[in-house]
Amino acid sequence: MKTFQHGVHPAEHKDATADSPTRRLPFAAHYVLPLAQHGGRPSKAIVTPGVRVERGDPVAEPDGFVSTTLCAPVAGTVTAVERRRHPSGAMVDAIEIAADPWSPQRLPSREPLDWAAMPLEEFVTQVQRAGIVGLGGAAFPSHVKYKVPEGRKLERLAVNGCECEPYLTCDHRLMVERPEAVVRGAMILGAKLGVREIVVGVEANKPDGIAALERAAKEAAGSTDGPTVDVVPLDVKYPQGAEKMLIRALWREEVPAGKLPLDLGVLVNNVQTMAALADWFDAGVPLIERWLTVSGPGVREPANLVVPIGTSVRDILHHCGGLLPEAREVVLGGPMMGQPLATLDVPVLKGTSGILAFTEARAARPTEYACLKCGRCLEACSNFLNPSRLARLARAGRFDDMDRAFAMDCMECGACSWSCPSNIPIVQLIRVAKSEIRKHGKGKK
Amino acid sequence: MSDLASREHEPDSLILRAAPYVSRSLTTPRLMTEVLIALVPVVAAAVVFFGPSALLVLAASTLGSVLAEWAFGGRRGFAAAFRDGSAPLTGLLLGLTLPPAIPLWMAVLGGAVAIALGKTVFGGLGQNVFNPALVGRAFLQAAFPTVLTTWSPPAGEATPWLAWRATNFAFPFLSRPGVDAVTAATPLSLAKFQGVTTAVPSLLSGHTAGSLGETSAGLLLLLGLVMAVRRLFDWRIPLAILLAVAAFGGLLHVLLPARCPSPLFLLFSGGLLLGAVFMATDPVTSPVTPRGAWVFGAGIGVLVVLIRLFGGLPEGVMYAVLLMNAMVPHVDRWTQPRPFGRGRAA
Repeated sequence: MKTFQHGVHPAEHKDATADSPTRRLPFAAHYVLPLAQHGGRPSKAIVTPGVRVERGDPVAEPDGFVSTTLCAPVAGTVTAVERRRHPSGAMVDAIEIAADPWSPQRLPSREPLDWAAMPLEEFVTQVQRAGIVGLGGAAFPSHVKYKVPEGRKLERLAVNGCECEPYLTCDHRLMVERPEAVVRGAMILGAKLGVREIVVGVEANKPDGIAALERAAKEAAGSTDGPTVDVVPLDVKYPQGAEKMLIRALWREEVPAGKLPLDLGVLVNNVQTMAALADWFDAGVPLIERWLTVSGPGVREPANLVVPIGTSVRDILHHCGGLLPEAREVVLGGPMMGQPLATLDVPVLKGTSGILAFTEARAARPTEYACLKCGRCLEACSNFLNPSRLARLARAGRFDDMDRAFAMDCMECGACSWSCPSNIPIVQLIRVAKSEIRKHGKGKK
Repeated sequence: MSDLASREHEPDSLILRAAPYVSRSLTTPRLMTEVLIALVPVVAAAVVFFGPSALLVLAASTLGSVLAEWAFGGRRGFAAAFRDGSAPLTGLLLGLTLPPAIPLWMAVLGGAVAIALGKTVFGGLGQNVFNPALVGRAFLQAAFPTVLTTWSPPAGEATPWLAWRATNFAFPFLSRPGVDAVTAATPLSLAKFQGVTTAVPSLLSGHTAGSLGETSAGLLLLLGLVMAVRRLFDWRIPLAILLAVAAFGGLLHVLLPARCPSPLFLLFSGGLLLGAVFMATDPVTSPVTPRGAWVFGAGIGVLVVLIRLFGGLPEGVMYAVLLMNAMVPHVDRWTQPRPFGRGRAA
């Protein structure tokens, strides 16, 4: 089976939720929408307190090209436009909406958009208008990727169904429960961009997802004038879902360091992003909710949920039976690259793929031992760096030497730290050093 | 938020750590423990072939190492060495390379030197350049060459299996070791000095003269395989050593059949397998890069063949490993991996 080189095999921990059908979270009383939802510039609020909004109405507009529209996840009333706590810990501008308890929360019914007839320019604007960002976790505005610079062409579309992070199963459930939406979005995008190949890469630990996608792809064959969708099973290995590793796995090609997949004529998008495209172009539903997994040893009832953007982590955990008494650590995203939370009173963002709770025993900082130079981190690093050396240089503050050893190539996947038997916080050291290198205006291409 | 939510359990404060939040279950102390466990059959074989007195020698060298760690490692170093198990491991490995009849005080001294000069002076575990156990052995070989090349026959042949060896209890610097001992030649010295080649089956079983832990090639091969499957060490190193010895030894055997024994004899005799499985694979003193492991192993293999066939000594594993240890920083520098998306394919 296809895969990339190096990488690690963390315990998957997906059993708790892999077979649980996705449930829709009941509407909460309040939603908080930070304007900083994605890479690029935060959106600009276009509502003021007191304004009544319908579900799906735009409440913030893009501020420049690398920015998107933000839509109301519920019908209700804007109660505040002020600074609120962002999951990162910072205080940021946000819109608060009080859900209308009597509203049926029906989605606006709209005619499907004639995406085939519209020029690419218009298509890109539509994706921006729908507020669609990369839903695999990076949350980079998708329309930016679709606007190909003059003289370049996207030839291949790789749909990312790897979900290589342990615990997370929401992409898996999407492929099982809505395979036709994934295939539809991919075919719309592929036809519009004129690619010659559409491939969905799925790790082999999701056989039902693979089968469902294959069925949907067969049924949808010929529905657009673009290519049909090919489903490719991949070996289970972390970090296969990293763009460059997925491309390496699918086509044995390396994206040159400092370059983009675009330079190989490749576009990589997550399966949820595809479903979001289908929802917008076929049903007019913008990105107002997402699928995520709530799991980990500190959660009472792990689940896959469809959650409106802006729902507070506290409300979601409450819906999952709450935290266990021994829970001490809550993380947004996967356990390899996720972000720790200092408080449960923060909202889910467009890029939030999971909420994980860990218990005290796991959260304790493990004893660190001397580096034995065993080389396990070298064989873990899919970027073929020398993490043990980078960590040593980072501790010595030798940032210039780190830059020369290609520290800036590190994508911070954490495979090195995972693999270290001496519990050396390798990626953590590299992360800090990278920001030091950037501060000094260095970081070679 | 609902009232219900506020009544639910909530931790007083959340721990903030940076990702990743999961790690592999293998830790350095467990790695050391697993290697120690892998050594149990080797120790058992030493007792089977050389009698219970083998345990005295092994205990003595281990004691020496632990004492030295306590004396020179500083309080923190000592605690750390106990936590990670590296000091007793060094002592035990040294003991397995010693002749059965060695006076115990020499074994204690060797164990102490292994830690003091082999590890502590470099700054402790992870910093040392040379394999500490082999540093201890090199010291003993230089200080007491006669004792280190005086071998006993397997127990039960000339002496009863249970009997203690009188030479083990020789008093430091007073008695002349080796006078009253029954001696025998190792397969390698038989081959080198008398032109007698020991048959492969007895090499595999281990019923020959030699160091305590080195004689049973079959057992060491099996353990090496198990440890490689359990990923306790970089499998490339022993494989490269064995391939290099087989290839280089085989080539010389074809070119100079009169002078060079068959590569099978080279592979299964002397300390080659003990060295390949337990000494060369010490992660601290071997290259960190995967390609470097091949270079390192191949270098050891070639050096072993050269020393054994053309050098003055019958055995060369110790010096081959120590010499390649010294090359490790260079090997690492030459074999840094090519970063993804740079160079060749980029």
